[in-house]
Amino acid sequence: MKKTNTKLIRPEIERRAFLKNCSKTFPSLLFLVASFDVQNILANENGSYDPTQHNYAMGVNIKKCIGCARCADACKSENKVPREPHFFRTWIERYVIPEDGEPIVDSPNGGIDGFPEISEKLHIERTFFVPKLCNHCVNAPCVQVCPVGATFATKDGVVLVDPKWCVGCRYCIQACPYGARYLHPETEVADKCTFCYHRITDGKLPACVEVCPTQTRIFGERGKKSSPLRRFFKFNEIHTLKPGLNTKPKVYYAGLDGEVI
Amino acid sequence: MFYSIISPLLNSMPGLSGYVFPNEYELHWSILIVIYPYLTGLVAGAFILASLERVFKVSALKPIYRLSLLTALAFMIIAPLPLLAHLGHPERSFEMFLTPHTASAMAMFGFVYAWYLMVVLLLEIWFDYRKDIVIWSNEKKGVVKYFYKLLTLGATDISDKAVAFDHKIGRVITIIGIPSAFLLHGYVGFIFGSIKANPWWSSVLIPIVFLFSAIVSGIALMLIVYMITSMVRWTKMSMKCLNKLAEFLLYAMLIDFSLETLDFIHRLYESEESISILSEMISSRLFISLIITQIIIGSLIPMLGLVFGRFGKLPDELRRMIYFISAILVQVGIFSTRWNVVIGGQLFSKSLRGLTTYKLDIFGIEGLFVAIALLVAPIGILWVLTKILPPWNEMGAVQKDIEKMSSSESA
Repeated sequence: MKKTNTKLIRPEIERRAFLKNCSKTFPSLLFLVASFDVQNILANENGSYDPTQHNYAMGVNIKKCIGCARCADACKSENKVPREPHFFRTWIERYVIPEDGEPIVDSPNGGIDGFPEISEKLHIERTFFVPKLCNHCVNAPCVQVCPVGATFATKDGVVLVDPKWCVGCRYCIQACPYGARYLHPETEVADKCTFCYHRITDGKLPACVEVCPTQTRIFGERGKKSSPLRRFFKFNEIHTLKPGLNTKPKVYYAGLDGEVI
Repeated sequence: MFYSIISPLLNSMPGLSGYVFPNEYELHWSILIVIYPYLTGLVAGAFILASLERVFKVSALKPIYRLSLLTALAFMIIAPLPLLAHLGHPERSFEMFLTPHTASAMAMFGFVYAWYLMVVLLLEIWFDYRKDIVIWSNEKKGVVKYFYKLLTLGATDISDKAVAFDHKIGRVITIIGIPSAFLLHGYVGFIFGSIKANPWWSSVLIPIVFLFSAIVSGIALMLIVYMITSMVRWTKMSMKCLNKLAEFLLYAMLIDFSLETLDFIHRLYESEESISILSEMISSRLFISLIITQIIIGSLIPMLGLVFGRFGKLPDELRRMIYFISAILVQVGIFSTRWNVVIGGQLFSKSLRGLTTYKLDIFGIEGLFVAIALLVAPIGILWVLTKILPPWNEMGAVQKDIEKMSSSESA
């Protein structure tokens, strides 16, 4: 009699034991998986680039800019930015400040086709060019407002857009105080300067920096002794655009005029 | 024909002036984004009006309680469509639910919308109509019978106890619904008000102004819907209800107009760096839609009309006409308000040195026809809803109420 009873109960005991073992095994398996740094293993397979070791930034020396806009042109070629006007990852603004009256600012086709001549009748006080691009802000409003997280800051301090994730709502374009974003007419997603991320992670310079004939644009890393930015910071007075908005831009300007917004 | 008449008007707008950042030449948020806050405002306004009857026992509004709920639902169904149509990749819109970026004001839209639609509107309507649905599911014949049976969701108990429970729950939902309606439209305002890059939007008052303008538009809408439905159905309107609506509309407008004036004066007085470009924008690009349409036609004239209509000694016929015209003007005014916020906020460059222009497309997804279709669609949905769930079906009770009210008025 007793024997049959155990037979009857036996499968239940097995089930219980099975569940018990499961409850022990699953957490230990999870622990085992978590103890490997999966991300690093994957990263090392792809190459030796470690984003946590970099913090990219750009310096722009306005005193050196001659307004040739080779940077804007190179950017369009390198990044397949639409050639039509009104789509720019970087552009050149010309400021003409007369002796009296309001400053005149223009940027026809981003400066790529040159700037129209200034009337001789105008008494100019000072004039200069300002290259503009995405500021890769530390407190980037575009990153904050993106509803799906398609705009994000990388570990190496660059703000990027994932074109496969962006829904094209354009909230980021509205939130950018610098007008640095546009909606790509073909892909229908937000687009902007990436510091040529595909180049810099390969040890190259961004296209705009590479082609600049006067070294107006200095690309480098914050906090690295070997970076050319170190010298730029040491010997210039540094300003950023719209500092009152607390976006903390990482494009630093030397010789920035108060008229530049 | 239509295009040839309207296109010179649209193209006659002045072009660019001053310096505009190259990427800002084209506006990124078009007419569809004007319609979106306009529609959600109507939803929130209609619901808040319904809750006045339910929670605050304003019995004069009884004839429009159910109609307001159905109107809110009809507009709510269409409200997300302009947003969806506007997206570059509408097929990815579900990502907002799957991977919402919690820091984003916009990411919460889906949740706020789902909460309001599912938890507030649908539930309240269901509890309110449950008894009727059960009765209809017994009375009707054929497929319709089974349709109503489905709508009962299996809850067929219509004993006094069960119905009393429905009323109790309905009240609780309305109490939850009021802050939800505030949340819905205040939130829409926050989407704009929290953009610090844009001095025209960036104001803490924007969500509050949105809210009160929503209430204004909702009450005005219900005035129009009530009058038209009564006229179409050849039923007598309750003058008491209309008077109450007109009163509430006037009070809401006074608050809304004061808030907007405060915002305006505050900006002028603070006179920040953006003031010169904003003044230029108001005096040129927005002159018609802000000064003429929003302030004069959409606010001052209807406010005067309502004061005159409500408190003047007038025959009911004239009074009704004044209410109706005022409500229509209010709709024009509120639509202009949305236009001025959304389009106005993009007409000036963030360089604060120039103005751009907006050309409304006629055809295409962001065009005039789609916009008109989106504005008309809720009316069609409302018509269908009133067929499925007739808001005047307790005909006996409501109609008797109305008659009683009008007889006591005449006495």
